[in-house]
Amino acid sequence: MLRDITLGQYYQAESVIHKLDPRVKLSGTLVYIISLFCVNGIAGLAVATAFLFLVIKISKVPFRFMIKGLRTILILMLITGAFNLFLTPGEPLVRFWIFKITAEGIKNALIMIIRLSYLILGTSIMTLTTTPNQLTDGMEKALMPLSKVGVPVHAVAMMMSIALRFIPILIEETDKIMKAQMARGADFESGSLLKRVKNMIPLLVPLFISAFRRADDLAMAMEARCYHGGSGRTKMKPLHYEKRDKVSYLFLLVYFAVIILCRIRLPWPQ
Amino acid sequence: MSIIKARKLVHEYIRRDEEGNVESIDTALDHIDIDVSEGQFIAVLGHNGSGKSTLAKHINALLMPSEGTLWVDGKDISEEENIFPVRQTAGMVFQNPDNQIIASVVEEDVAFGPENIGVPTDEIWTRVGESLTAVGMAKYRHHSPNKLSGGQKQRIAIAGVLAMQPKCIVLDEPTAMLDPNGRREVIRTAHELNKKKGVTIILITHYMEEVVDADKVYVMDKGKIVLNGTPREIFSQVDKLKQYRLDVPQMTILAHLLRQSGIPIPLGILTRQELLEAILRIC
Repeated sequence: MLRDITLGQYYQAESVIHKLDPRVKLSGTLVYIISLFCVNGIAGLAVATAFLFLVIKISKVPFRFMIKGLRTILILMLITGAFNLFLTPGEPLVRFWIFKITAEGIKNALIMIIRLSYLILGTSIMTLTTTPNQLTDGMEKALMPLSKVGVPVHAVAMMMSIALRFIPILIEETDKIMKAQMARGADFESGSLLKRVKNMIPLLVPLFISAFRRADDLAMAMEARCYHGGSGRTKMKPLHYEKRDKVSYLFLLVYFAVIILCRIRLPWPQ
Repeated sequence: MSIIKARKLVHEYIRRDEEGNVESIDTALDHIDIDVSEGQFIAVLGHNGSGKSTLAKHINALLMPSEGTLWVDGKDISEEENIFPVRQTAGMVFQNPDNQIIASVVEEDVAFGPENIGVPTDEIWTRVGESLTAVGMAKYRHHSPNKLSGGQKQRIAIAGVLAMQPKCIVLDEPTAMLDPNGRREVIRTAHELNKKKGVTIILITHYMEEVVDADKVYVMDKGKIVLNGTPREIFSQVDKLKQYRLDVPQMTILAHLLRQSGIPIPLGILTRQELLEAILRIC
């Protein structure tokens, strides 16, 4: 169950998207998320879809990797869809018992589901094509001005990249502990919700202990390699904008302008 | 010139209760004297709790001596301003391969050390390339460490240390969590670095087979150095080694038993080949 989370897992491939400056990808993802909430018509939706699939195509990441991330929010999508379908006021199309389905409801439900799935797909592209280290490097550099007002930008970025590195290791460990406890008769699957939560304790305690031990070891290994915070540190891959990054920014700008234009000029056909 | 020199080195782990009163004192290192010359391959053997890891952590200035002094490349580790130069001179590889890899891509992890000591970007790239080639992992540079075997991960960790261009590498039980194949990989890599690059190696282990090719062996027990000498000298004292709860290589035991039963086999047999030759000579 835990293995399905693709967020924070890098997919190695040679593509333009992989080579882009992480700041471009960060702002690109942000712009894409904003654009999804600006879309209100079929034309805008088509543009957002075309953009998404174009980027997926360029990134050379197999589509099934992206879909994996969607599975985890399937229930959320269904609930959101259902709420929108049944609770949007308007002229009812179908009516049964206390439910009524309106044309606006169908429209809202569809838009909501599409938005949510595009949201996940869009962010997955970023996490699949950017190593966690690049991502945190990008954030670190983009947020560097904040360190002047006392925000520990470097420390936070380092913590994030380490957290991301240890996600797969801790997932593996959880699996291992789970199997070990199941072999001794622990039951994680049946019983009421409360009972199941209680049954998680023999899983969580060893997991936390091992996480603390790992943290201790890692801190020592980092110190042994002369880590002493962000001051005086150089970078193997310092960030600076290339031509392709500037082109991408331009492309993003055009995309966003088209989305806004679609919103103003071509709203949902009535 | 000796690169590592210890005189009367003492380290005590002090356990305190909630009021800060001393509950117990564990002496992990008890007046240790060590001299290691540059370019040597040193092995430190010892049973669990013999203090060998504590000694390793002193060489990297991760622990400070309670008494006595340790000099690494002529620098006293107890002085504050020496900590980073010492850590740069003496790199350290730990037991658990997963808990010492910081980055999610091999080459970025190797670059972590040089980045910390402020090496310019261009040079980081050459150092990363050279270090990965030296440990034979160059073709894995874009891989994720999670998908590598234990032996490969340890070689990445060695590359990460090597990229800081240390004069000395301390390997603290680097093979304890590996399978026999991985164990051989790591030990072979350590020997190659020692021979080709002249890096001083201090290998801490409890596997006897790994110390056979060392220049000098220290045996530790209860915080003291109880034996020191060449592997041959050490392994000729089979009874003493057993007393320190250490396993002797099989061929050495066999030679020892044959000698006890009256067959004139020389002391200090280490490998199968040597035993074979000794027996053939008698016949």
